Amino acid sequence: MSEVAIVGVGCVGFQPLLPELSYKELMYEAAVRAYEDAGIDPRKDVDAFVTCAEDYLEGFSIFDEFVPDQLGAVLRHLFTVSGDGLLGLANAYMLIKTGHFDTVVLEAHSKASDLLTLMDVIAFALDPVLNRPLGGHPYYVAGMEMNRYLHDTCTTMEQCAQVVVKNKKNALGNPFAAYGADISLDQVLCSDICFYPLKKLEISTPADGCVVMVLASKKVAEKLTDKPVWIEGVGWCTETPNLEMRDWSKAVDTRLAAEMAYKTAKIHNPWNEIDFAEVNDLFAYKELQHMEALKLCEYGEAGRLTEEGVTARNGEFPVNPSGGLLGMGYGLEASGTEKLLEAVLQLRGEADRRQIPDAEVGLAHAWRGIPTTTGIVAVLSNC
Amino acid sequence: MFGKKRVAIVGAGLTLFRRRMKETGKELSYEAAKMALDAAGMEQRDIKSVVMGTAPDAFDGVHMKGEYLADGAGAYRKPYTRVFVGGGTGVFTPLAGWWHVASGQFDSCLVVAEEKMSSCYPHPQYAFTTIFDPILERPIGMNLIWIFALEMHRYMHKHGIKKEDIARVSVKNKGNAMDHPCAQIPAKITVEDVLNSEIMAWPVQRLDVSPTSDGAGALVLVSEDVAKEVTDNPVWIDGVGWCIDSTTWTNRDLYYPDYVECAARMAYKMAGIKNPPKEIDVAEPYDPFDYKELHHMEGLLLCKKGEAPKLTAEGVTQRDGDLPINPSGGLLGVGNPIAAAGLMKVCEIFWQLRGEAGKRQIPGDPRTGLAQAWGDLMQYGSVIVLRR
Repeated sequence: MSEVAIVGVGCVGFQPLLPELSYKELMYEAAVRAYEDAGIDPRKDVDAFVTCAEDYLEGFSIFDEFVPDQLGAVLRHLFTVSGDGLLGLANAYMLIKTGHFDTVVLEAHSKASDLLTLMDVIAFALDPVLNRPLGGHPYYVAGMEMNRYLHDTCTTMEQCAQVVVKNKKNALGNPFAAYGADISLDQVLCSDICFYPLKKLEISTPADGCVVMVLASKKVAEKLTDKPVWIEGVGWCTETPNLEMRDWSKAVDTRLAAEMAYKTAKIHNPWNEIDFAEVNDLFAYKELQHMEALKLCEYGEAGRLTEEGVTARNGEFPVNPSGGLLGMGYGLEASGTEKLLEAVLQLRGEADRRQIPDAEVGLAHAWRGIPTTTGIVAVLSNC
Repeated sequence: MFGKKRVAIVGAGLTLFRRRMKETGKELSYEAAKMALDAAGMEQRDIKSVVMGTAPDAFDGVHMKGEYLADGAGAYRKPYTRVFVGGGTGVFTPLAGWWHVASGQFDSCLVVAEEKMSSCYPHPQYAFTTIFDPILERPIGMNLIWIFALEMHRYMHKHGIKKEDIARVSVKNKGNAMDHPCAQIPAKITVEDVLNSEIMAWPVQRLDVSPTSDGAGALVLVSEDVAKEVTDNPVWIDGVGWCIDSTTWTNRDLYYPDYVECAARMAYKMAGIKNPPKEIDVAEPYDPFDYKELHHMEGLLLCKKGEAPKLTAEGVTQRDGDLPINPSGGLLGVGNPIAAAGLMKVCEIFWQLRGEAGKRQIPGDPRTGLAQAWGDLMQYGSVIVLRR
């Protein structure tokens, strides 16, 4: 059994926009729910707080300044990870494993609706000397990668489009999802080609929301809850920021991150030993590419499995039962925690209409989006 | 009480600190990382994880700067995290490295802190115009010198401290930096020079302030098992502490940094330190302004509130004094590339405890040292305690 458990979750959103809540109020609401869920007082019971944010997405030079009050972390031990919420989980997990921390709070949010120029911000992540001067919308990188992936694996456009149909349909059953819809394969295939061969409906739309979680050591977790969700293993990896040097066909970062997480979790055959996966699907093809990198299937096989319905919610191996980012919305640095939230709810048996029967082991995965090659994997269980 | 694994520092590297370096941020990171690995007798392939510390993306104009710097810092195909706590980042980065190893997750971690402020035009200060509350504070058009002037004034008023008492810190640190090979603005100056320098925002004058800089630093952290293999002379991370205060700095009494005390108490508890002035042999508190060294000495419980100027006047904080403070020359002398400056302090304690500080070596046989950084809106404290 693992030494670290998730004992409380709180979520606000995800919605296309939440004009009634500022980013501080968004964090406060989610935090209150998580503390209530875990039955803790943040002013007394928390040993460390981890927040996940990037300055440019917040419109501040040092966003860390603006987080303590609404989390109840004034004059307490808080820090910021400039990364996805799932990378924050990795750091919270390590803190508890040092033996010096019993209770750690994790926070990640998106106030994407405040960003008038999100794509210009993303363009600022491209290498300022070699790539940025080429101009254009930064998602051209995704179009190029999709093209390479389809070429190398013989995956079809229809198989990619099927991911969108499945995820948006799953999202209809998820109260935290912003973009649930019952759409047809043709609707996806006929939507505008934005970055050939990537189509409009295959691109996740940003959404506002916040997820706060409470992690605890085994000793504390068993006191706080009857339904701890154990973190069996975490892995993360950055391949390279260089567009010129990376592997365009296989998500190498995710493969290495998965190997690390599986080693700790003692998972040898992911397909048999894991019951469902929440996989990054910022673009529809990424779900397929990531499934392969996560060793849930052979390289080039994910498209076929999706087409056959194996990854549907009632299929043999459900992928993104939450609706994924295509269905829930792209929560910027909270993307990984959207996945984590669903994994926790499924493993607690609290996923209502989305519940996968007898789910015992789940996987949450995050990728930091264009133009990064950073992947993070967490393996969770309820036993 | 220690974690599952005790964590050792076995190598340190530091680039030149300069107003403007020709190297890119990636190259600076590479240089520092290579130096630290060479010092440890290790190679990039021996490293299992990498932690990066670097301050606002606004300096470089690169979104997700951590991702951008990854390959320069030796993180190609490795687990890699960037942590960011404003000015506190430099000392915080090795704390993150500490839990990478202390958790048992990795047996080694390369810690790199980089800052390239010179890319920010027309001056790095402009990056700080967006650290303020967009509704209440930004419209006033304030900058860092102003708010630190408020803090300095409050500190002086509360304890009846004179400008001369504070200027001695600048004289000492710039003098100490004469012996630091990386130093940007070492100088032999007098208290009069400080008092006669240009007024920036009263009571802050030109020579009270550290410069803007480019530079990088790196450390190699390893578990106890690996440390035994690679060195006879490890320096142990025995205490870590960090703390954040409220965003609303306008509602706090700025005369004393409660958050630094909170961070220090966390680190002292972990290191089993009961009487800091007696048990700490050498300290590197954060000194971007001369009054901050005094302010932080008090927050770190190295002396009573309001007593630091007296100790400085008596020479206690000189390199050959009873409690050497900033033997490196600090930010006032060596320079202030934000995250790299904090890590420079940890490097200095590492070298002092190993007896490798050259002309800067303090006399006696220092066994316990401390480094501290400070950041955000006069709000963040990060503290590390090292032992030989």
